[in-house]
Amino acid sequence: MITIKDVEHVALLARLELSEEEKQMYTKQLDAILEYAQVLNELDTDDVPPTAHVLHLRNVWREDEVGEHLPPDEVLANAPETEGQFFKVPRIV
Amino acid sequence: MTEYETIIGLEVHVELKTKSKIFCPSSTEFGGDPNTHVCPVCLGLPGVLPVLNKKVLEYAIRAALALNCEIAEYSKFDRKNYYYPDLPKNYQISQYDLPLARNGYLNIEVNGQTRRIGITRIHMEEDAGKLIHQGTIATSPYSLVDYNRTGVPLIEIVSEPDMRSPEEARAYLEKLKTIIQYTGVSDCKMEEGSLRCDANVSVRPKGSREFGTKTEIKNMNSFKALQRALAYEVERQIAVLEEGGRIIQETRTWDESKGVTLPMRSKEEAHDYRYFPEPDLVPLIIDRRWVEEIRATLPELPDERRNRYIKRYDLPAYDATVLTATKEMADYFEECVALYPNAKAVSNWMMGDLARLLNAHNMDITQCKVSPRQLTDMLKLMDRGTISGKIAKTVFEEMFTTGKDPEQIVQEKGLVQITDEGTIAAVVDEVLASNAKVVEDYLKGKDRAFGFLVGQVMKATRGKANPELVNRLLREKLHSS
Repeated sequence: MITIKDVEHVALLARLELSEEEKQMYTKQLDAILEYAQVLNELDTDDVPPTAHVLHLRNVWREDEVGEHLPPDEVLANAPETEGQFFKVPRIV
Repeated sequence: MTEYETIIGLEVHVELKTKSKIFCPSSTEFGGDPNTHVCPVCLGLPGVLPVLNKKVLEYAIRAALALNCEIAEYSKFDRKNYYYPDLPKNYQISQYDLPLARNGYLNIEVNGQTRRIGITRIHMEEDAGKLIHQGTIATSPYSLVDYNRTGVPLIEIVSEPDMRSPEEARAYLEKLKTIIQYTGVSDCKMEEGSLRCDANVSVRPKGSREFGTKTEIKNMNSFKALQRALAYEVERQIAVLEEGGRIIQETRTWDESKGVTLPMRSKEEAHDYRYFPEPDLVPLIIDRRWVEEIRATLPELPDERRNRYIKRYDLPAYDATVLTATKEMADYFEECVALYPNAKAVSNWMMGDLARLLNAHNMDITQCKVSPRQLTDMLKLMDRGTISGKIAKTVFEEMFTTGKDPEQIVQEKGLVQITDEGTIAAVVDEVLASNAKVVEDYLKGKDRAFGFLVGQVMKATRGKANPELVNRLLREKLHSS
């Protein structure tokens, strides 16, 4: 059961500011989503080894070579604020 | 008062010196203009795919083997989620439940006792960017971000809570640095941030089995800072407990100038990282043959080398430890003894004058202008009696500054030792004649007067007279008068 406390916790971690109404709404919606996902528990997985990945790929890597960098104006193109060649962000508390 | 036992564990981050970053081909070079060593992958732009740099895996395995770890057969990467602008993706690619390596150890020596410190795990991860604050972190109106360091490969080495004093923690970190440097996978420069260390500290009444509540200490930027910060924190915790208080589990920062640890403003629920498997990187199945190939290329490690020095060169344990503290120092020593067999003399000069001058000039041995051949040539000049030990110190300083050969310095400066008896005898006569009062004192039994007379002869010859000859001639002449 999802509670309003769970929603507040997740919202804080995601830096989301929610109104009381939104908290109520998301509590209901998340609860419904998780309940729906319970369907998966009906599968018998006793003989299936746990895995973190579904692809059969293994050991994909590259050699240690330096490639091209992004030109400075493109690096900062999406930055909401800049100063010189830096990204500028609000004070971190 | 209750007696307390200190429990310390360290988390050490080491930057691996690959050319390119861990998951993209951007350069890892230190000190470029801000945000010039970046690409869409390390900037976390949408739609990009990270690909592991094979060299990172190789280096991490190399370090783990040198630290006596078991290498996992199956390993994977995970996302560690947190909001902080030093990482543009809002998560760090790290390893959580299936790290690359586990169950290692290293040996430290404190107060003549060897202790084994366990290593819980070693995992690979990406470094974060650098934040620049105007003024202090607390008063700065905003921060500037440079992502050049984002994605530089790191290994995190987590120790067991096996250390029982700040001295042991320091010895562990120094040993770790030495071993990693020997493997060649990192520079381990604390001042440049390629070796960083956090500590977990707690105290408990002696004999107690349970651990006390721990604090995590950050921001210790040198070996000395680590030791001081831990010593302070241990005292602080004991004082709190003695006053009937309790320790709060928190992260504290070391304030170097004030010499205290201070609580950091707690990031609410910062430890809720919601790790999950990194879907963009496939798992690693680590080939045993490859691991053995890497093991075969490990150099002789510091402990083995130290023990060999004690056995083969008959050096005191202290000398052997100092000389093998860096691979470069040990290589230099061995080049010297290949040219000159008196290992103890080489050791004395390296640990004495050479170490002192390197320290004074803030240099390491790789920047030293005096080659092993030049140092041993100077020792040979001493053995032949061309220069005295005292003059050798002058010659060595000149070699250190100019990089010139010792023979050349001796000639240019006219420092050849005077070993001609007649020449020295003439000086002795002069000194005796002009110091009649001192001679009298000596003959009355004042031994110190003799030292003064020796000094006068050395002064008159500008230190070049052979000291044994001076001693002998002075005694002969004083006793025949």
